[in-house]
This record gives sequence, C-alpha cells and structure tokens, in this order.
Amino acid sequence: MSVLEVKNISKSFGETEVLKDVGFTLEKGEVIAIIGSSGSGKTTLLRCLNFLETPDGGQIIVNGETLFDASNRTLCSETDIRKNRLHFGLVFQSFNLFPQYTALGNVKLAGELLAKQRDDYKEQRRQILQDIEEKACELLRQVGLSDKMHLYPHQLSGGQQQRVAIARALALAPDVLCFDEPTSALDPELTGEVLKVIRSLAEKNTTMVIVTHEMQFARDVADKVVFMDDGVVVEAGTPEQVFGNPQQERTIRFLERYSEQ
Amino acid sequence: MFQTVMASLNEGFLKTLEIFVLTLLGAFPLGLIICFGSTSQFRLLKYPVKLIVWCVRGTPLMLQLLIIYYGPGLILGNNWWGNGSSGRFTAAIVAFIINYACYFSEIYRGGIEGVPKGQYEAGQVLGMTKSQIFFKVIFLQVIKRIIPPMGNEIITLVKDTSLARVIAVYEIIWSGQAFIKSSGLIWPLFFTGVYYLLFSGILTLLLGRLEKKLEFFRV
Repeated sequence: MSVLEVKNISKSFGETEVLKDVGFTLEKGEVIAIIGSSGSGKTTLLRCLNFLETPDGGQIIVNGETLFDASNRTLCSETDIRKNRLHFGLVFQSFNLFPQYTALGNVKLAGELLAKQRDDYKEQRRQILQDIEEKACELLRQVGLSDKMHLYPHQLSGGQQQRVAIARALALAPDVLCFDEPTSALDPELTGEVLKVIRSLAEKNTTMVIVTHEMQFARDVADKVVFMDDGVVVEAGTPEQVFGNPQQERTIRFLERYSEQ
Repeated sequence: MFQTVMASLNEGFLKTLEIFVLTLLGAFPLGLIICFGSTSQFRLLKYPVKLIVWCVRGTPLMLQLLIIYYGPGLILGNNWWGNGSSGRFTAAIVAFIINYACYFSEIYRGGIEGVPKGQYEAGQVLGMTKSQIFFKVIFLQVIKRIIPPMGNEIITLVKDTSLARVIAVYEIIWSGQAFIKSSGLIWPLFFTGVYYLLFSGILTLLLGRLEKKLEFFRV
C-alpha cells in the first residue's frame, strides 16, 4: 500500500487553472522531487497536500485512508483538516520560524500543545514534557544544531533557520515530509548545509516530497521525479528517465535551460 | 498662596489622571472589538464600523465631547448623563473612550495585518488550532509591533485630557486657569505644564522599558 496517493487534483484561482488533473503515488521511504519552472503549480500542489489550499477536484489518500475527496465534502470540517495535516510536515521556502521562541521552543511548541489533549496529560505532565524536550533536542542534534538550540531565529543564519524548520516539521513524526523550495531563499553558500540534512533524511528512509530547483540534488536524492508545467504533470519517472532520457519536448527544453545556467 | 495653588493643581491633576486611566481601560478592549468589526468578512458589520471609525477619526475630539454631552439633552430632550459634575465627567469619559478606541482599532489592525501570512500557515501545518495560533504565535508579535504607535497615542492622550474642560470637567488646566480670574495669577496655569511633562516623561520611560523587554526577538 502506498503511503501517499494523490489522484486527479485540480485547482483554480478564479479563472486561472493552476492544477489540472495532477496525480502521483509515493511508497514508504521514497523521495519524490517535483521540478518545473515558476508558476507551473508545484507550490500549489504542495499547499493542497498540507490543506493550506482546498483542491477543487481529486483525492488525497494516506496509508489507504481518504483524507480528502472533492466529491465528498463531509471530510472538510476544521477539526478533520487539523487532524489530516498531522500526516504531513511542511518546510517553507521562507522558513517561517516563530520569532519569539528559541530554536528548541520552535521544535517543541506544536508537540506541547498537542499533548494537552491527551487524557493522561494532567498526571503525566512532567514526563510528557520531558519526552517532548528530549525528542526535540535529538532532532536538533540530527540537523547539527545542538549548540544553537537556545538561540532565537534572528540569531541564526538562513541555513540554520531552515534546519530548525526541518527539525520542527519532523517533531510530530509526519508520514510525509514536504519541502517547498527549501533552499531558494538562501545564499548559495548556505544551500549545502540544508541539502545535506535532507540527504541524510533520505538515507534514513524518510518519505518526502521535495519541490526544488536544485536539479543535481533532485537527481541524486529522488527515487521519482515529476516534471510539471502549466499545471499538468508532463513527465514522471525515475531520475535516470526524466533527466537522462526525457521523452517530452517540454521536459527537454526545460532541462536545457537549466544546464545552460 | 503657593500651597493653595498646589493643592488645587493636585486636585485637577487627579481628575486628569482619572480621565487618562479610565479612557485606557475602556479603549484597549473596545478598540480590539472595533478592530474585529472593521476587519470582519461580514460586510453588514464591516462597513458600518468603518464609517464610525472614519467619523470619529475625521472630526475633532472637542466636537465629539460637545456632541456627546449636549446631544442627548438637545436632540432627545433627555440628558442621559445626569446633572452636575459627575454627569459631565461620565460624558467626557464616554467620548474619550470612543475616540481612542477608534484610533487603537487602527493600530491593532496594522499590528495584526503586519504579521506575515507564513506565521499562520506554519502554525496550521503543525496542527495548531486557530486560537492556539493567535495566542501562542501571533499575539506577542502583534504586541511588539504596536507598542511604538500605541505609545504615541498614549502620550497624546495625556495632553488630550485637557479637552475635557470644554464641558467643564475640572481637570488640571481648569484648575490652573481659575487663578487668573480669582487672584490675577498666571503662573499656576503655566505650572500645569510641569505636571504634563513629568507625567509624559514617566510614561515614556515605562514604554521604553516595555519595548526593551520585547527586544529578545525580532519581527
């Protein structure tokens, strides 16, 4: 059973059709890279997966459970959407760390708030909070920021902030971790440290959807590559197929533009 | 004589202080309510609220004091505010609260709208509820953003309290001016300035401290 099945997603903003019948599947531990030029609908697709946008059509199925079905809007209550979101983690292009919390605080916050709903929260409060803290410290260690965990976001470089954001997204152990151009807002010399962290996650078989402009990185890390243009999936396959032997005219032109740069 | 003047000025200043404190206590929450109204998706609420804010911000506070105090008696033939100085005081407080709440509502709006959308979205994708996002993520950022403009308004209020004299609320300027007629002394009126300077000076220090307290993060 696939971890994630995305079927026939469509989405329009007013007159503009941003996504047309987009679909893909993802197995556990796989990494899928979504490439394409700006305005091709990649980010919107990711936002649909995280329920920041509601698709006009299609289905989103995680571990066999239908989380979203455009033809059945009973699944769209706010509580449902909040629960559905926990299946996904999202790392934003612009980090979006909470400025008034330290790196550690950013990683812990959602877990602490969620723990309050547990029945045993009152009796076990200490233990629960301690577990959350330990887990957060461990995640920050994994992204190489043990020594920075008590610093506030403005005291960190862009690359460090993005690594905190990755740890924060991992804190709730999502089934699928999504990245929306995670290095596009970074200075070139800082992209490496972030890509390294994502690479190490791939080695640990984290299931990920990565929207990126880093072609070499996509080629190295991804198990599947999807090329999108103008709201449709133009070509999908293994990195060898899409990068090495693209079939579609649009894919070839897109990749040529990139290799010229 | 000096002691008589000081006693009288102190009494006037107490009135000034009362107007100041009661206005803030009323205008802080009312401003937030007006802010929710003027940013509401519901047009039947949004536009009337915006109209009121425009009227209040677009006319002098002095005029509003006069209308609020004399209006009910002259138009409805019924003076809500009651007789004597307590009636005038109540009317003045109501006018001040409405006026300042409208200004505050715009400051709140600016503060709330200034928080990037990404902050809400980051909270959402972490499964947080709307109220958790507001109180745990947005609120402190709004406070930090609004302290400087709020500080300006608060300092302005210190001085605006003197407008209450147009409906004969005996605040400090009234007290000072009374000595011109009664004893031919001008200095008590000038001396009221010292009260204002000290008061606004202390407030400036307090606001500066608050700003410093929130310097640990940046928005």
